Amino acid sequence: MSEKQLMKGNEAFAEAAIRGGCRLYFGYPITPQNEIPEYMSRELDKVGGAFVQAESELAAVNMAYGGALTGKNVFLSSSSPGIALMQEGFSFMASAEIPMVILNVMRGGPGVGGIQPGQADYRQATRGGGNGDYHIPVYGPASIQETVNIIYDAVTLADRYRNPVIILADGMLGQMMEPIILPEARETVTEEEIRIQKPWALLGHQDKKERTVVKSLRLQPDDLENHNNKMHEKYIEMMEELPQYESYRLEDAEVVFVSFGSMSRIVREAMDHLAEQGIKAGMIRPISLWPFPNKAFDEISPKTKMVISAELSIGQMMDDVKCAVCGRFPVELLYRTGGMVPTPLEVVEKTKALLEVTK
Amino acid sequence: MKTVFEYTRGMLPVTTGYCPGCTHGIAHRILMEVLIERGTLGETIGVAPIGCSILSHNYLNVDMCESAHGRGPAVAAGIRRALPDKTIFTYQGDGDLASIGAGEIVHAAHRGEKFTTIFVNNAIYGMTGGQMAPTTLIGQKSTTGVDGRKKEVSGMPLRMAELLATIDGAVYVERVALDTPAHVRGAKAAMHRAFEIQEKRLGFSFVEVLSTCPTNWGLPPTAALKWLADNMIPYFPLGILRTPGEVK
Repeated sequence: MSEKQLMKGNEAFAEAAIRGGCRLYFGYPITPQNEIPEYMSRELDKVGGAFVQAESELAAVNMAYGGALTGKNVFLSSSSPGIALMQEGFSFMASAEIPMVILNVMRGGPGVGGIQPGQADYRQATRGGGNGDYHIPVYGPASIQETVNIIYDAVTLADRYRNPVIILADGMLGQMMEPIILPEARETVTEEEIRIQKPWALLGHQDKKERTVVKSLRLQPDDLENHNNKMHEKYIEMMEELPQYESYRLEDAEVVFVSFGSMSRIVREAMDHLAEQGIKAGMIRPISLWPFPNKAFDEISPKTKMVISAELSIGQMMDDVKCAVCGRFPVELLYRTGGMVPTPLEVVEKTKALLEVTK
Repeated sequence: MKTVFEYTRGMLPVTTGYCPGCTHGIAHRILMEVLIERGTLGETIGVAPIGCSILSHNYLNVDMCESAHGRGPAVAAGIRRALPDKTIFTYQGDGDLASIGAGEIVHAAHRGEKFTTIFVNNAIYGMTGGQMAPTTLIGQKSTTGVDGRKKEVSGMPLRMAELLATIDGAVYVERVALDTPAHVRGAKAAMHRAFEIQEKRLGFSFVEVLSTCPTNWGLPPTAALKWLADNMIPYFPLGILRTPGEVK
């Protein structure tokens, strides 16, 4: 473990990916994540890696696929509109079972939108923005430290499942600075180790073995269905293994917030203000957004009057909250969008208004 | 007894799914012969496109991946960063390379990527059933231009070799054809030069291969070869458009 140090979010994310084992990065400039390609362009050379500024996000995601199909770990980052362009590659990599760590430093949408923090890529990420039956584990960390840890762990998680992993940060986490402790750098893996650990990787057959093929085309419908069924088994395993959350003050809570990422920190502060005013508030903070931590909702007290989905999007997460609540409590929405971020006091006022209406 | 001809071990012993008279088979074989003669078959990664030759990985005895439509050059650029010492090629058709992947090929050339692109130009979309390509000739009929390509509607056919030859990083650009045995030998020699340039890491190397599509041209195989000679070569002239001094 390194010393605690003050780092800007985007630079810490890039360093976490390098320490996690990613020696390859392909990117395209887009705000608010530009410090990541800038950092990679400076640092990857020093660790024997490579950086390419691609001509587009479309090219970047396909370069990343090319790098990763050799068994090496690849890091990919962008922000909302750029991530939208990359969906072709995400669907392809899921189908071809190529690991990838993807960071989306989200901004406001739709379209080109704005450059301020948002969470309106929730649905795109958790439902899969590309074509076909596939899933990508999605995480929504709430601090720079947590994002660093999740990026670091995502490298091995992506390898284990042979699947991309998405981390949803936002413009706030990317641009702010926090004290963090960086994880130890993993050793660089040699080609010989990759040949043993990842027999699917393309490294040349050396005239010693049958050729290896990485593909996503399956023209025979039964072959494609079998492949999708096999992939689905993997997704079921993820659904059992990956749900992750934190809960705060759920016992006797009158109102329970569900909130992730930057927004959860604002809500956390609002909870203290509400407590001062005699309103008991709790929170479920999903850390994994897909699979959504449905079990967390069993912890909600029967005395709770209301569950509030608090998000920087217009009810995108609320669909998952309603599914998890499953009719047990009324579910309301508290949001700002388009890059607007509420203050804790704004959350307090809106919460009181929602409670007032249901009285 | 002296063996005078052998089926190349660069090709897998399977029957291809290509139409009768299609020249993909010839292009595949000479490409694989080149890799064997250069001793690099076992250290090669190939990138297949979208189009008929997405199936090339069923026939070519090298490690291969598929790529999304047109993205082969980006995929190959990624592979090159991961594997600095291997031989890498993309094999792309004219819809894949000149239309949807025009951006990726231009920027691969622009960066002087150290891989080789084999561009099979048969002036039509094959796999999807005969639609107009950027390379379809004026007057040539297609299912999306039943009266023949018109300049006013679709522009003039795109000459990719000439376009790429304007880019500094594309150090070797040659156009060849597969219509006669002499031209096939010339195509193979061009591929040798292209891979030699890759091995020397001089920059991006590109071989455009004029090919036939008897099925979608609506011609018997021999007539298709003649059509290529009579119609394609005059518009897409053969020859070396760029070559570095290091390679003769």
